This record gives sequence, structure tokens and C-alpha cells, in this order.
Amino acid sequence: MSDTPAIELRDVIKRFGETPAVDRVSLQIGDGEFFSLLGPSGCGKTTTLRMIAGFEYPSSGEMLIHGRSMATIPPHRRPVNTVFQSYALFPHMSVEQNVAFGLQMQRLPKQEIAPRVSEALELVRLGHLAQRRPNQLSGGQQQRVALARALVNQPEVLLLDEPLGALDQKLRKEMQLELKSLQHRVGITFIFVTHDQEEALTMSDRIAVMNQGKVLQVGSPTEIYERPTCRFVADFIGETNFIDGEVVESDGGYSSIVTPDGLRLRGLAPRTLPAGSAATLSIRPEKLRLTTLEQAGPEQVAALPVSVELVSYIGSDTRITVRLNEQRTLDVWEQNRRSTLDRNAYWQPGEQALLFCPPDNALVLAE
Amino acid sequence: MRLYWPSEQGSAASSSCKRTKEECRLAFDLIERTRVQRDRRNLMALLLPGLLWLLLFFALPLLIILLYSFIVSGPRGNLIWQATVGNYTDLFTRAIYLNAYLRSIWISLLTTLICLLLGYPLALFIVRQPPHVRTLLLFLVLIPFWTNFLVRIYAWQIILANNGLINSSLRALGFAPIQLLNTEGATLIGLVYGDLPFMVLPLYAAIDRFDFTLMEAAADLGASRRQAFLRVMVPLTMPGIVAGSVLVFIPTLGQFVVSELLGGAKVDYLGNLIQRLFLRSNPPNWPLGSAMAIVMMLLLLAFILWYFRISREEDR
Ligand SMILES: Nc1ncnc2c1ncn2[C@@H]1O[C@H](COP(=O)(O)OP(=O)(O)OP(=O)(O)O)[C@@H](O)[C@H]1O
Ligand SMILES: [Mg+2]
Repeated sequence: MSDTPAIELRDVIKRFGETPAVDRVSLQIGDGEFFSLLGPSGCGKTTTLRMIAGFEYPSSGEMLIHGRSMATIPPHRRPVNTVFQSYALFPHMSVEQNVAFGLQMQRLPKQEIAPRVSEALELVRLGHLAQRRPNQLSGGQQQRVALARALVNQPEVLLLDEPLGALDQKLRKEMQLELKSLQHRVGITFIFVTHDQEEALTMSDRIAVMNQGKVLQVGSPTEIYERPTCRFVADFIGETNFIDGEVVESDGGYSSIVTPDGLRLRGLAPRTLPAGSAATLSIRPEKLRLTTLEQAGPEQVAALPVSVELVSYIGSDTRITVRLNEQRTLDVWEQNRRSTLDRNAYWQPGEQALLFCPPDNALVLAE
Repeated sequence: MRLYWPSEQGSAASSSCKRTKEECRLAFDLIERTRVQRDRRNLMALLLPGLLWLLLFFALPLLIILLYSFIVSGPRGNLIWQATVGNYTDLFTRAIYLNAYLRSIWISLLTTLICLLLGYPLALFIVRQPPHVRTLLLFLVLIPFWTNFLVRIYAWQIILANNGLINSSLRALGFAPIQLLNTEGATLIGLVYGDLPFMVLPLYAAIDRFDFTLMEAAADLGASRRQAFLRVMVPLTMPGIVAGSVLVFIPTLGQFVVSELLGGAKVDYLGNLIQRLFLRSNPPNWPLGSAMAIVMMLLLLAFILWYFRISREEDR
């Protein structure tokens, strides 16, 4: 089991009618990994998950679980369990009966089922509600029953389709932590579907970012955020400034671009870009640096003169929009590291300043 | 609760506060009570016409029948006002009556079962269609109601007769004709045909409310399609199954038209016997007919109660 991935998708395509909902997706998901599928609505996350669960079959391509092809295996014979977005608890059964259902289907003896059910309910801290019906539970409790109902079968892989989507913000945060620690304890592979990037970043070991049925990038949260390989990923995860231009020089992993309005900027280039090709420089607002004219020291980086246009104070940060010229503004975020009421400690609209765009913090991406 | 009344330290302010609260509650109670009273009056006014109707045309005739069943029938079919339980002992001791009961119960159960077995897949199929197709199919299920039931049964006579549609086709194809009309099989066909919509409609309503994600959830947890159907779908559509069964079973138990026109009145069902005792036999025997009807109603009542009980247990 060691080397074979828990889940492997090879060039999987799923078509509903003409357009593919999932388009040539290849993935390898390791044993015990917390793997997220992240992407905007309609990008094919649920369809991918349903193919792993067996509710849909690929139009072409292969799907393997622990090296075993799933082409002819119906859902009830697959070693995976699903936590549905709507929970799909059986309304005519008590919490206990819901959780016992999977074990009963495996035809385990009664005396074995009872302790495993109560164990699973303890795991999600719902032992005291075992006799309730699902409609007598809150959303968060129902969610935990759905989790217990799936986990009690000790699946090789647990599939979760936006399991926290229906919860309010606070409960959602709590459940994120709970889910993560639960996964740690049970050591089962989790495949987690979400369209919330923050959720994906907090919880995952690795993330696959999807758009229009395609997987654009797979990587750890840091890789996805710090080294997006394309414009869509950079844009979808977090905030960023895009500066379009033309490559004028590439050397040693860096490229320089020149913009139509005459800016020349340097950044890391994941791929070597030929001079003359169109490219976009992406830099996150918190990675730009803004100083007053007086503070400007001897820097290796060219400073860009800017004027402060908008300042919004949001407590932990100050978010500043600076104007470089007639056509162009950029967003800069500064952390408020010093506690003060002094107005002069904060930027004011209209102030002149110098903006630094460190090449190590910027990425030059091909279109 | 306590949060709203933080001044429990017993200050003057707090006690006056409590008093006002008490008064408020009394006032609310009063308003609430008058509202409930008014609602109840309105309700009575609305129910009255219906209640009167039921009293006149249901309870009263029922009482008369009950009364008749305990008196003696005269030699010319006249009523002799003399108390007796003879009618009931006749029912339970003479084979002709006992057999009619058993035969009626049997064919009603068979009809209900066949309607259920045909109706469930049909209702399920209709629910799974896109909305416009669904409306059309439901419409088709209801179309037979546009024609009088008798006329439709005569149509079945034409289909099943010895020189009818089926048998002339058989003959044209070189097969020997088969006796279809005037058999118990023809009765069963007619009953199933007539009752099927009463099974399909409640089943449709129940299955339409069913969340099919639950079938995926069951499959996900290792249930085969059959197990998922029996453990999840059947219990959750039980209200439709119960309603449909009751709607089919009740009228079938007392029917006499179908067995007369398609079954050729060869064997006696309850409905035929009752009808005969009241209208056709010479002399008529109203008291015995009344006793038969009363026992049939009690049977139905027992059946319905039992059915509701087991279906509710299923649900649990
Ligand atoms: N059964 C189906 N029939 C036809 N088209 C479908 C079907 N299921 C999904 N699609 C289409 O496939 C595409 C991907 O759908 P999918 O449900 O996988 O998206 P998703 O990423 O889960 O989106 P969301 O975040 O909104 O849940 C969508 O365009 C959708 O309309
Ligand atoms: Mg989805």
C-alpha cells in the first residue's frame, strides 16, 4: 500500500453533453493526505468527487483506488465514504441508526456494531444525542452525524463535498479545526471540496486548483499562494496586483518586463520567457513596500514615486491604494505593527511616497 | 431568562419591574384566550354544514342499517320488528356467506398487491421525468376518469369477449381462442384497471417528496440497490403506500359491478350478495343484507387500523 497512491486519476474526462465538466484531470493523492479540490462554482469539483465515489463514471480515462481500477466497481463496493453537502442523513432513523447503517450493510454482528457506533459518536462528541432524529439536530450537529456515519466504516478515503458550506462563519471556523484534528487522529485520506480559498489554505496538505474542468495547479498551500504558476491561480487565491507588459530580459530565473506606460519591473520567472513575449507581473499587496520620501535609503531596487490615493484602516492592517500615473493604481497592505493613535504614523491620502517592488516577491507569469 | 432581570438583589425597582411583568403576562393571557375562543367559534361555524351533511347522509343511514340487521325478515320480504341476532349467526354459519367474505378479502388483497407492484414503478418512472413530461404522464393517468366507469368496463367486455379484440387477434394468428370473459381473471383485470390511478397518485405524491440523494448516501454506505430501496425508499414513501393501498382496498371489498360484468356473476362476492339481498332476491332480505354490510364495515375498519399500525412500525 505504501507506494501506490490512495487515489489516482489518469486523464479523466467527464462529459455531460458537449462540454466536458471534467477535462483531462490527472491526480495522485497519497495515503493519509488532506487533499483539497478548490475552484469557482461549476468548475467540476463535485463531478470529480462523484466519480471517485462511483455515482458517475468517467467518459474516458482511468480512476484507481490503491492501484485497483474502479471502472466496473459500483459505489456500494468502493472503499470510500462520502459526507454530502446536504448531509443526506436518513430522516426516518435515529442518529444511532444512521451511523450503524454502513456496518449493518457489511453484515457485521450486532455485538460488534454497537460499540463501534458509540465510539464513532464519541469521536464527534455526539454520544448524548444518539437517540435523536436528524430533524431534531442543529446544522453543526447534523454535519457531525454525517461525519460519524462515514468514518465508522473506516473507509480508505473520505470524500467531503463542501461539508461546511451550510454552517455560519463561527461554527465553520470551529469545524475546520475539528475536522483537521480528526483527520490527524484517524489517519484516513481526506478529499475535501471547497470553493473557499481560506478554508483550503488552512486545512490542506495539498490543494488542486480547478477551473472549467481543468486542474491548473497542484501544490502545498504555500506553493499555491507564493508560487502560482498561472494568472488564474494567482487571482483566485488571495489578492494580487497584476501588471501587464512585455518581457525585455530573462536571466537566472528572473525576468524583466516593460509596461506600455513605461514601468520596468523585475520578478521571479517560474519558466524562462523569451524576450518580446507578453507577460504579467503579479505581486501581492502585502509584499509591496511603501516608504516616505525621507526614509528612502540606498536601495538595490528602483523606487517608484507614487501618491497615496485611498487609505482604509481595518485594524490589523492598513490597506492603501497608490497611484503611479494616470492609468495605473496598485494596492499595498501594511501591517499595523505599532500601537499608536498618532495620525502621522498612518498614511494620509494625497501624501507622496516611494514604492518598492522587490523582485523576489514578484512573479512574472506567461499569459 | 435570568439575564433580562439582573436586579435580583431585591431592590424596590426590581420588584415593581416584576409586578409589571406579571401584569403584562395576564393581559397577554387574556388576549390570547379571547383569540382562541373566537377561533373556536369560527371553526364551529365553518364545520357545521359539513357536520350536518355527515349526520344526515352518513350517520343516520348507518344507524338504520344497524337497526335492520337486528330484526327479522318476513316471508314476503317485509320487516318484522322483532329483535334477533339470527342474521349474524346465519352469516357466520352458512358457507355461502363465509365464502363470499373470504373471496372478497382475497381478491381485494390481490388487487391491492398487483396495483402496488404496477403502480410503484410507474409512479417512480413519472417522478424521474423532466417536469413537462411528468405533467403529461400524470394527465394520461387521469384520462380514464373522463369516461363513466361502467362504459369503460363495457369496453373491457369488448376486449375480452370470445369474439373480442384479443381472441380475434389470436384466431387471426392461428391460435386457439381462450376463455377470458366471465372468469375470475377478468374480474381481477377489471379491478386492477379501475383502481390503478388511485394507487399511482398517492405514490406519486410520496415519491415526489423523496430526496434521491438519500439513495446515493445508502449506496455510499454499502447498500445494494435492493437494500437501499427496502431500507430507505420504502419506509420514506410509506405514507403513499398506505394511502394508495387503503384507497384501493376499501372500494374493492364492496364492489359488485366488475365481477358482474366481467366475471359473469359466476361466483359471489360480498358486494354482489348484498346487492342481491336488497334488490334482486325474491323475497328480498333487508335485515340479512344489513348484517352483511355491517360486518363488512367492521372488517374494513379492522384492516385499516391494522395496516396503519404495521406501517407505522415499519417507519420506526
Ligand atoms: N448531471 C449533470 N448533467 C449535466 N450537467 C452537469 C451535471 N452535473 C454537473 N454538470 C455540469 O458540470 C459542470 C461542473 O459541475 P460540478 O457540480 O462538478 O461543479 P462544482 O465545481 O461542484 O460547482 P459548485 O461549487 O457550484 O458545487 C457544471 O457546468 C454543471 O452544470
Ligand atoms: Mg459542487
